[in-house]
Amino acid sequence: MLNKELKLSDKIFSKEIDKVPTRNGYGEGLVEAGEKDERVVVLSADVGESTRAFYFKEKFPERYIEVGVAEQAMATIAGGMVNYGKIPFISSYATFSPGRNWEQIRTTIALNDVPVKIAGAHAGISVGPDGATHQALEDIAIMRAMPNMIVIAPCDSIETKKATIEAAKNGKPTYIRFAREATPVFTTEDTPFEIGKALILWDSLKISNFQIPISNEIQNSKFKIQNSCAIIACGPLVYEALLAAKELEEQEIGAIVVNCHTIKPIDEETIISAAKKCGAVVTVEEHQVIGGLGGAVAEVLARNYPTPMEFIGMPDSFGESGDPDELLEKYGMKSKDIVEAVKKVIRRKQN
Amino acid sequence: MDYSIEELQTKANDIRQDIIKMLLEAGSGHSAGPLGMADVFTALYFGGVMDYDPKNPKWEERDRLILSNGHICPVLYATLAHAGYFPHEELMTLRKLGSRLQGHPERERLPGIETTSGPLGSGLAQASGYAYASRMDSKKFRVFCLTSDAEHQEGNHWEAVAFAGKYNLSNLTAFVDRNNIQISGFTEDVMPLEPLKAKYEAFNWNVLEVDGHNIEAIIDAVNMAKAIAENPTVIICHTIPGKGVDFMEGKWEWHGKAPNPEEAKKALNELRTLQGKIKSEHE
Repeated sequence: MLNKELKLSDKIFSKEIDKVPTRNGYGEGLVEAGEKDERVVVLSADVGESTRAFYFKEKFPERYIEVGVAEQAMATIAGGMVNYGKIPFISSYATFSPGRNWEQIRTTIALNDVPVKIAGAHAGISVGPDGATHQALEDIAIMRAMPNMIVIAPCDSIETKKATIEAAKNGKPTYIRFAREATPVFTTEDTPFEIGKALILWDSLKISNFQIPISNEIQNSKFKIQNSCAIIACGPLVYEALLAAKELEEQEIGAIVVNCHTIKPIDEETIISAAKKCGAVVTVEEHQVIGGLGGAVAEVLARNYPTPMEFIGMPDSFGESGDPDELLEKYGMKSKDIVEAVKKVIRRKQN
Repeated sequence: MDYSIEELQTKANDIRQDIIKMLLEAGSGHSAGPLGMADVFTALYFGGVMDYDPKNPKWEERDRLILSNGHICPVLYATLAHAGYFPHEELMTLRKLGSRLQGHPERERLPGIETTSGPLGSGLAQASGYAYASRMDSKKFRVFCLTSDAEHQEGNHWEAVAFAGKYNLSNLTAFVDRNNIQISGFTEDVMPLEPLKAKYEAFNWNVLEVDGHNIEAIIDAVNMAKAIAENPTVIICHTIPGKGVDFMEGKWEWHGKAPNPEEAKKALNELRTLQGKIKSEHE
């Protein structure tokens, strides 16, 4: 059942749920960050409208710097501005930034350990018709391998806004990825957000919300550890994970859904405790199954609590043109695919 | 402190000797570029054209020197030691485990280093970002950026040239070490750069050309650049790679290697005697 403490949207499983692209949250977050701190500047490589950086331009034109279609320059110009004392946000499509300018980010931002914020728009397969060249599916892997870098993949537009505002304050090199398509807004302004702190959105192993001590919870639940799984997800696909958990509950399979919005530093405690509680894990992300959230979770569990895992994401393949939903369907990232993966990993656990 | 041109030339020679000793001790590193740029570094740090305070390396109003071609860092390190940023004997730790003098310079490791560099073509963009950001806050200090000629083969560099030209960053002065060599040959054979002056002019830059070993001319050029309020200035410094050491001069083969003990001895002897023009007291 849903974790009521997190004050998720009342309309979460309703057809009337609002749908907004996560990138809008970036634009709104920039404006708020800019109001709070005049050191915040925004650099754009020509795509300010589609990254929503232009929300900031409208409010603070003198702090909005156009660099043209030049992502390498954007990263290194930001490197100079941050050394001076600004807090630069650089925005483009994730395939180009941090894709094309990865080395510039590594040398002038991560190695210097300075607070430049890299905002990668159009991440994931759901970019849709633009095709494989514009679908960033390796960005989490290349960014989380970089020392000093914080990596965040928010689940909806409200969380993206919060992540943007928090990133402006954290004093660290930070990568935020977001998507093009309108996706369900299922968190609210009151849902907590802290970089590095994963949230348990759903826990069908719980009987009621907060009265029963943890030790009694599992005993009292109709779901036993033999028949349950932790689903750890990031980005807009967290919503598919919730739909899957609801479906699984109807099929008498227990699930915990973790919104692991921060991939680095990863919330080891929450991941290990979910794995211990369920004994099986499925990760869900719009990213290659190699090196992303799934890889990060597997690294944590291999060291601390080896657990059978399944991985939902791009199966080591490039995407193609198509409608976002068709693509998610084709590459197996819908709630029904998560349900199947959960059943598969539970079978492995039972064997 | 005011130095005469003669004293500055002696200073440059001392820096060259330090470079040879450092490279010998390190056993690896780049020889030709650092030797070729010793006069430019001397002019900047001791010719009265740059404001800095070695006792307060983070002084807010200091002029910023950004070294883009990080591989010539021995000349920067030696110059910083002479300027008093850190003890002179620390130069001999270059490239060793635990040293603040990394093989390529890293910001925060060593006082006086403004950014991390080594991967080519990224320094001018950082300098441009610095110049743009400081102008937003009406700061008066200047940003100097030292670049190699061959790093002009990088796209990132020209992106920055366009940026600084568009935004008229007149508080930015770039230098090109036009020594015509790179690691695998002569620049014009590997990938031609000429007409370099015309290229910069086409991007709305003011271009000056100097003999990169004429300290007085370098100082004059920097002062001229400071007087231009319309656009950024690039000073193309024509230099001889390996300058001061006969068997290294003009040789691209000395771009990326350090002298062995015998070569170092010969090099130091040449520097001390100004290539045999004066009799060394060390003989």
